[in-house]
Parts: sequence; C-alpha cells; structure tokens
Amino acid sequence: MPVTIDKPGHSFSDATGSPEALSRRAALQRLARIAALPMIAAAFDISHAAPLTYDLKPVGIGEGVWVLYGVPEPIERSNGGAIANITIFDTRDGAVIVDTGPSKRYGVALQALARELTGKSVVRVYLTHFHPDHVFGNQGFEAAAIAAPQGVIDGLTSLGEDFASAMYHAAGDWMRGTQLMLPGKVVADGVEEIGGRRFALHALSGHTPSDLAILEEVSGVLVAGDLVFLDRAPTTPHADLELWRASLDRLGAIKAAHVVPGHGPVEGAPRGLEQTRDWLGMVEEKIRAAFERGLTINEAMQEPLPEWVGKIALARYEYERSVMHFFPRLEAGQWPRVDSKN
Amino acid sequence: MNADPQASGARATARLFGRVRALVAALSALLLGAMPASAAPGDDPLRSIMWTEMKAQFFADEPVVFDERVKVQVPRVVEDQAQVPITADARALDGVKKLVVFADLNPIQHVATLDVMKASPFIALRMKVEQATPVRAAAQTADGVWHIGSVFLDAAGGGCSAPAMARKDADWSQTLGHAQGKLYRELDGSVRVRFRVRHPMDTGLARDNTPSFFIEKLDLRSEQGEQLATLDLREPVSEDPTLTVLVRMPLNDSVLTILGRDNQGEEYRSIIPASWRQSATSDPPARNAE
Repeated sequence: MPVTIDKPGHSFSDATGSPEALSRRAALQRLARIAALPMIAAAFDISHAAPLTYDLKPVGIGEGVWVLYGVPEPIERSNGGAIANITIFDTRDGAVIVDTGPSKRYGVALQALARELTGKSVVRVYLTHFHPDHVFGNQGFEAAAIAAPQGVIDGLTSLGEDFASAMYHAAGDWMRGTQLMLPGKVVADGVEEIGGRRFALHALSGHTPSDLAILEEVSGVLVAGDLVFLDRAPTTPHADLELWRASLDRLGAIKAAHVVPGHGPVEGAPRGLEQTRDWLGMVEEKIRAAFERGLTINEAMQEPLPEWVGKIALARYEYERSVMHFFPRLEAGQWPRVDSKN
Repeated sequence: MNADPQASGARATARLFGRVRALVAALSALLLGAMPASAAPGDDPLRSIMWTEMKAQFFADEPVVFDERVKVQVPRVVEDQAQVPITADARALDGVKKLVVFADLNPIQHVATLDVMKASPFIALRMKVEQATPVRAAAQTADGVWHIGSVFLDAAGGGCSAPAMARKDADWSQTLGHAQGKLYRELDGSVRVRFRVRHPMDTGLARDNTPSFFIEKLDLRSEQGEQLATLDLREPVSEDPTLTVLVRMPLNDSVLTILGRDNQGEEYRSIIPASWRQSATSDPPARNAE
C-alpha cells in the first residue's frame, strides 16, 4: 500500500477462527452472480479467519459530532468490510447517524456506541447510497428510523441480494446474520429538524443513480457520502461521471466547516472535492484513450497512471476496476454497427 | 490452556478446508469419470486438482509443457462473474497453429479455440466463471507440442448458472446478431479486430432451465473469401461476445468479413471496414498504374 490515511482506523480484537465461516462461504460461492460489485478483494487467505468484534473508535470532529473512519482498504476478511466512514450526531432528541456500515454485527455495535456517546437512543439514520459497505448495518436499527431517497431504496431492492452474496464472499463470518433491510422512510431535498439540529438533505447522483449528501447546519458538517473520496481512490461500479461532476459542483457551492468524505479523512478545505474531480477526469481520459487505441480490457488495465495518484490509496486497484466498468459501455456505445444482411 | 487461540483456530479451519477440498476433488472425479490412473499431476504450477483430467481431455497423448512465454491475463478482482475479461497471448512463440483457452473448474471447461492460420496467436474475450479457477491458454506449435500458460482467477462464482442478462429483456431477440466493431492498425502491419455481437450465449446450465444457445463458430475472411482465422466458441464465452484477434489482411483488402454460426444453425455476417484503407479502393494501387 503506497499510503495510508493518517487518521485513527479500526483495530480488531482477536478471536478464534470459526469453521462456520468456511461452510457458509462454500455455500455462498454457489449463489447468484454479483453484478458490478464494489471493492471485493481476493480474499482466499483463511489463516486469519473471523476475528469477531468491530472495535469502533469515534473521532470527535465538532461539538457532539463523531466520525468512525473506515480503513483505506478493499473489503476483506481482515477488516470485516469496515471501510466506509460513519458519522454520528448528538441531538437533544437522540442520536442521528449517517450510514450503517457493512454488516449486522457492525450495525449493532454502532447502535450501542451511539447510545453510549449520546446517552440517548437513535432517532434517525440516513443512508447516503446503496453500496453494501454503507447499508448492511441497517439491522442494528428500527426500519422506521432509517431514511433514504427513493432511488437508494430502488437500488437496494434490485441489487441488495447480490450485494449480500458478494459481501459474504469477501468478508466471510463478519456477515453472519446479515440480511438486506430496506429503509422505512423516503426523503427528498429539504430540511429535517431534529432536536435542535438542522439536517439539509441534498438528493444528488453520479456515484450511484441516487446519492444523498447532508449538511448539518448548526455544526457546519457536510456528510458527502461517496460523492467525495479523499486519499483513497473513488469507486465507479454504478457511476455516471457527468452527473457525478454536476453533484461535485453543487457540493462545492455549499459552505461547510468540515467535509466528511465517504472514504478518507475529514478536512475543512475542499481538497476531497477537487481530488475526486481530478481522479474522475484522469480515469475517464485514460480509459477513453486506451479504448480508442484498440486495447483489450486486460491491456488497458496495465496502462501507467500519472505520478500524482501515487499518494492515493488503492489507486491502481480502483483504476483497474474502473476499466472493467467503463470499457463495455464504450464498446457498446462507440463502435459502429457492422452486421450485414447479405 | 492454549497459548495462541487464534493460531489454533486457524489450524482447525485449515484442516477442515483441506478435508472439504479433498471431498470436492473426489466428487469432481466421480462426476467427470474416473481419472486416468497412470497420469500424475505433473508439474502444474497451479497444482490444480483437475489438471490430470484437463490434460486427458484437451491433449490426449500429445506432448505438453508448461511455458511462461504463453501469457494469460485476468483481472485481480472480478467485478462480474458473467463478464470476466481475459487475454491469451502466445506471440512469444514461433509457429503457433492453435490457441485453446480453458478453465479447469468451470462446469464447461473449454472456452474457445483459435485456429491461427493468418492470425497471431492472441485472443481476448470475456468469459463466465462458476467459481475461482485456473485459467489456461494452450498454444500448439508446428512440432505438435502444446505450450501451457496458466493463471489463477479468484471469484465468488455463479456466472455459468445465472441466466443471461438479456433474458430479463423481452426484446432480446430483436437485437440478436447485431454486431459492432472496428479494425485497428498494429505496428507490425497486422490488423487488430475488435468485435462485439449480441447473443445471449446461454450455457444450458442456468437456474431457469434455458437450453444452451450460443455462437459456436466465427470465421474471419478476406475480401476474396480466404480464411484468415477461425474461432470456436463455447458456452462459457460471455453474453454479447466481445473479442479481439490479430490477423494479417491482404494488403489490398479494405474490409474484413466475419461469418458466424450459432448452435441452432442461425448464421451471422458482418463486414468491418479498415478505415485507413478505404481511399485505396477508389484509386488503383500505384504499381498497377504503370
């Protein structure tokens, strides 16, 4: 790994390996194809199977606001899929959480942590988008408290089972008991006032067909979800780059004291927005040029990357994934028809 | 007391894994017919439990060597088990006649065979995988020896038993046989053919019991109808096959013809222009003008 994010991450307590992890994996390998999955790593090393407790380390970023940093890694058995950032707000009426993490186990631990930090129960959970590292902790909460745009719910409805299969394959026993759980409340653009805080909801798109960004106006904390990555390469399995850039424009117009990216460190400055935009431009240009030269997908994956991405974790890994996402679209969209009736 | 519970747990898990693997091997052998008793696993660099069977199936008694000059490229992470991009490249060898691609642990192992003729021993395509598996390219040289390149592909699986995406689309038959493609100039004067044809490529193994339906032959021809290369495709080739091959087109040709046939006898025909040669067709070549 070229660079790791200079922020506290998770560390996990040890536990014994569980044979159940194996039988479950064997069973799950038979399951449905996993269309366009995010962040699945080669996870065949069974020697450190199943440490069973997420050790959540909240980092305060403002008065009554905490972030749990995801590790800058792919989803693996070693990290239990805890790769995305999670945000917790204290309000007079209870805790508000943005994103629920990768598994039931994580969601249950997150719920307990929020109660411990705030002394209150969780009254609202927002989901930023449908990717599995952000939503499979839903089972730690009441469905009625979980809110997301209709597009997130639609995406989970069609892809959720495939995501679950892929997560079991990649994270193994961490996923025990995890099932798809849909949000009970639909939200759109607007402001929700909860216990003295004002959550301004921005329904955007581009990283996925439906992305939710949230500005909590009292603290000035902008939770950007995966529209913003910082020092960790962006993922593109469901991306529309034009819409994504338009969303970055809208986020750039929001005055925020702190930006919480979906992955990477919280900063005050708009560095995450800029880096995400630069990355998307670089990836689009590289892949387009490789396609126009007639390269195969495997050849395109080996193209050199510019030096500046050396400081970004998982740069080559995510570039290679993006080649697989965008090449088929270019082939289908750019090549002329050549079939002939005669 | 156990001093290191984690290591002990890992050992137990590893033992169990070993037993499961042995069981899978035994079952596979039963299902596929008894393995030849005399054939040893040999020096397969991937130590595949299926190597002996693969050797018998594809090469019978012909000489086989593992040869790192035959390159197989696969992605390090599989995004979609139904569309895994692979490139097989034996251009480092001289006199290759045939290039065979197969995957040991797929329910149907044979993916494609390129009859090289006037092509380079090179093929790229996307394939379905049912589970993590060795992926191999075997190049037969003029002396009859098969040179095998191998790589291990990790994947969650299910690509062969999932129905084709097009089956969710009631109108798939409207686009059957639609083809797209382009020719590109290679530095060595050969022509790179990149080609996509709409076809469900049903394996016959899908959970919805759709019978097998796939393009089994592609025939690349010059303007005079001369065969430049032929490709046998099998069920594991992904839906809407997208292929890359390198051929030597006759110098005066400005188009390449691809004739295709599926296993239900439907025929397909595509004509791909070499854009950089198009102007040459209207003017006679300079040497003929004299």
